[in-house]
Amino acid sequence: MTETAVTFTRKDFESDQEVRWCPGCGDYGILAAMQFVLPELGVKPENMVFVSGIGCAARLPYYMNTYGVHSIHGRAPAVATGVALTRPDLNVWVIGGDGDMLSIGGNHLIHALRRNVNLKIVMFNNQIYGLTKGQYSPTSEIGKVTKSTPFGSLDHPFNPLSVALGAEASFVARTHDVDRKHMMETFRRMHAHEGAAFVEVFQNCNVFNDGAFSAILKRDNRADMLIDLVHGEPIRFGAEGQHGVTLNEFGEPRVVEVDDVGVEKLLVHDEHRLDPTLAFALSRIANAPNMPTPIGVFRDVVRPVYEAEVQRQLAVSIKRTGPGDLSKLLTSGLTWTVS
Amino acid sequence: MTIEVSPDRVQSVDRVVIRFAGDSGDGMQLVGDGFTELSAAFGNDLATLPDFPAEIRAPAGTVAGVSSFQVHISDHDIVTPGDAPNVLIAMNPAALVANLSDLAPGTTLIVNGDTFEQRDLDKAGLAVNPLEDGSLDAFNLYVVPMTSITVEATASLGIKPRDAERSKNFFALGLLCWMYTRPVAPVIDWITDRFSKKPDVLAANIAAFRAGRNFGETAELFDMPYEVRPAALTPGVYRNIIGNLATAYGLIAAAEKSKLPLVYASYPITPASDILHELSKHKNFGVKTLQAEDEIAAAAMAIGASFAGALGVTGTSGPGLDLKGEALGLAVSLELPLVLVDVQRGGPSTGLPTKTEQADLLLAMYGRHGECPMPVIAAKSPSHCFDAAFEACRIAIKYRTPVILLTDGYLANGAEPWLLPDVNSLADISVPFAEVPNDGDKFLPYLRDPETLARPWAIPGTPGLMHRIGGIEKEGIGLGGEGGTGNISYSPENHSRMMHMRADKVAGIAKDIPGVELDAEDGAQVLVLGWGSTWGAIQAGVRRTRARGLKVASAHLVHLNPLPSDLGDVLRRYDKVLVPEMNLGQLSRIVRAEFLVDAVSFTKVQGVPFRAGDMEAKILEMIGLVK
Repeated sequence: MTETAVTFTRKDFESDQEVRWCPGCGDYGILAAMQFVLPELGVKPENMVFVSGIGCAARLPYYMNTYGVHSIHGRAPAVATGVALTRPDLNVWVIGGDGDMLSIGGNHLIHALRRNVNLKIVMFNNQIYGLTKGQYSPTSEIGKVTKSTPFGSLDHPFNPLSVALGAEASFVARTHDVDRKHMMETFRRMHAHEGAAFVEVFQNCNVFNDGAFSAILKRDNRADMLIDLVHGEPIRFGAEGQHGVTLNEFGEPRVVEVDDVGVEKLLVHDEHRLDPTLAFALSRIANAPNMPTPIGVFRDVVRPVYEAEVQRQLAVSIKRTGPGDLSKLLTSGLTWTVS
Repeated sequence: MTIEVSPDRVQSVDRVVIRFAGDSGDGMQLVGDGFTELSAAFGNDLATLPDFPAEIRAPAGTVAGVSSFQVHISDHDIVTPGDAPNVLIAMNPAALVANLSDLAPGTTLIVNGDTFEQRDLDKAGLAVNPLEDGSLDAFNLYVVPMTSITVEATASLGIKPRDAERSKNFFALGLLCWMYTRPVAPVIDWITDRFSKKPDVLAANIAAFRAGRNFGETAELFDMPYEVRPAALTPGVYRNIIGNLATAYGLIAAAEKSKLPLVYASYPITPASDILHELSKHKNFGVKTLQAEDEIAAAAMAIGASFAGALGVTGTSGPGLDLKGEALGLAVSLELPLVLVDVQRGGPSTGLPTKTEQADLLLAMYGRHGECPMPVIAAKSPSHCFDAAFEACRIAIKYRTPVILLTDGYLANGAEPWLLPDVNSLADISVPFAEVPNDGDKFLPYLRDPETLARPWAIPGTPGLMHRIGGIEKEGIGLGGEGGTGNISYSPENHSRMMHMRADKVAGIAKDIPGVELDAEDGAQVLVLGWGSTWGAIQAGVRRTRARGLKVASAHLVHLNPLPSDLGDVLRRYDKVLVPEMNLGQLSRIVRAEFLVDAVSFTKVQGVPFRAGDMEAKILEMIGLVK
């Protein structure tokens, strides 16, 4: 979208509504990052639509001075698909939590991703149901003791990025609520992408699941537990970049010491690989206990954008047969006159 | 158009009901459609009733696999596909078994004699051959070796017998076209049009058709052909139309006349899918169709489309209506235009996917959590689906409300001639989008129009009108100086007033719809009150009753919510009110509850429409009960 000679500030994107998340909630940081980054995108507030489902995260549209729909649980990607299909000119964001998008709305999420609708989907993952006061979620770890699982949860969790990559989303990234810069850069990147962009934001629910990500996000832990993915660079991490990632004979990622294997053996990150296999492998690193978690852009590829293709079919049809003529339509086929 | 039979050998009849019945793979729907198209173009009035199994190919030769197509043609105005057929074409024993109980003595019965071998009889569950045991003596039975004549007639074309056999439905069509003196040329044109891409099949079908005609002409089995002259209908241009097509056209017309792009989101479901198929063809009208991942998504997409400034429509049937309930509630809360087309089918659960029923009325009226009022409209005949769809869109757009349009399986697939409307005479149903702030420099999304109680429709992209709406209760009175911010409000007082506001808004639409269309008669003491597709059967029953010199009145509801404001007064004028419905008494409950009228419910839930005879008998019974 090219709109020049207009400058916006954070204020332009703030609504007059009081923000009502619990004090200390990670959502505040995400909202701030969003409101910081939007003015620099050059899109007028009236051309933006925030669509959400139900849950704590889903309240975000009320705080944005844009168009917004707070819809029903899980259905935000479908509502947003209707918006984007009708108006490909709009900038459409979808906001939701892990329960909203991966449990009740899992179906809509994967279908929006496979269709590659031009939606910017931000999933706040706090691994818990907050608004319903603390049940385990589809991303909670096995054995989670909650109100609905006093003996520990039994369900194997979803890895949100694996789900998105499995649906062949054209843009997949991860960020977290304690690093505003990283969030802003991730939001910038998803905005720049044409097509469906899926971002998982690790978000702390300080009331029902406090510290869920502290093993990786505490300042002292980050160097060894976060892998910052950089396109075109060997994948390495640690305070001195001493750790790295290689692939074993089965194509599975392994964490190694750079000194042991040599830099040239490290996997070089390539966001633009059309095949999602490598990105999927990277999304699995953290599935093993005590393994580091990659953040940043896993995948950013070009695929036809759904609503653009729909628009193209319309244009072709009009070119071929001329614009629709209602009278002709009704009299198509056999007609006869009674006099 | 000339009829190629010498006049001295033709007997005139005013109407005839023909039923083609055969295996699902025998092409009965195809030749039924063909006979219908030709009769329509010939100028007969007509009505059709297709009836087919849910299975695409049930086991061949079994009763479960029988597919039939009934067409009623006449030289005068008719309103139903007819009760019992005057002519039954049975392509195999199963088709005979499945339809025998519908036949009155004297019915002409034409059977394909090649299909009555022992194994065919076994599949149909017959111990003895009914062609030989005298059990069909009450009928005018004609046993015609349709398969073997078809194979013989196509032999010179070099077509293998197995393939040639498939054309036997066209033999049947040819025979019927001879019996009812249909002109030949349009049939040939119709077949050619259908099969132009498959020259072998085309040639075989034409050969089979001619063989059927010639058989009628020369076999001397049949006394003489009949003619059903063109009907004297209201002057104008007509076409033949089925309900689903009329619904699709009505939606396109509404989009044109509202100057809104049409977005139709739907999940495949019988018998609503044809609306999606049809609309997906008309991209040159700017129609966008979405085959959603599920029923819920389809409704949600249509809501998103309306929010963005389109005419958002979704369609479904049966269980799909259950699934869309939550989204309908959202549209009630958001106060956005949305039309949901529900092509009712037999329930509960999967029920009877290909059969008709009217059992979704109460669900449409009340089937959402919370108090969730929504206008409901029902089409009464296949062509009326056009008007009903247009009206549903008009109300949705004008009042910014979801509207449910009820059709049903019979209307969806049933055909009738349609007097085409003049498109220039269709009303302009456009409404302006909000373009400027409505409260100083602020925009209040729920500041209502005091007349319609509709809130402003401000679409994304409009500067200065950014707003957020959602399903949580909101500050939305927006009248008489009160706030219409749309902001979340949990205030008890506000909630109570919003509940009344939403109810009043829908109730107020009564001022904007016609009063009861009453077909009254002086001295009538019985009123037949109907809705939806029972219209034809009720009309026919009423006509028959009047033909006996008895008095009866009838009224038919198109608007079910709100009801016409004079309905209560009309009902109270009659000693007896009869409410025929294809459910277990849903409208009758509503009128009893709304008007304290002792309505008598008359129901049929067999997956097939009422018959004129059923209706006549019930009306006579009611007249007999009048004190």
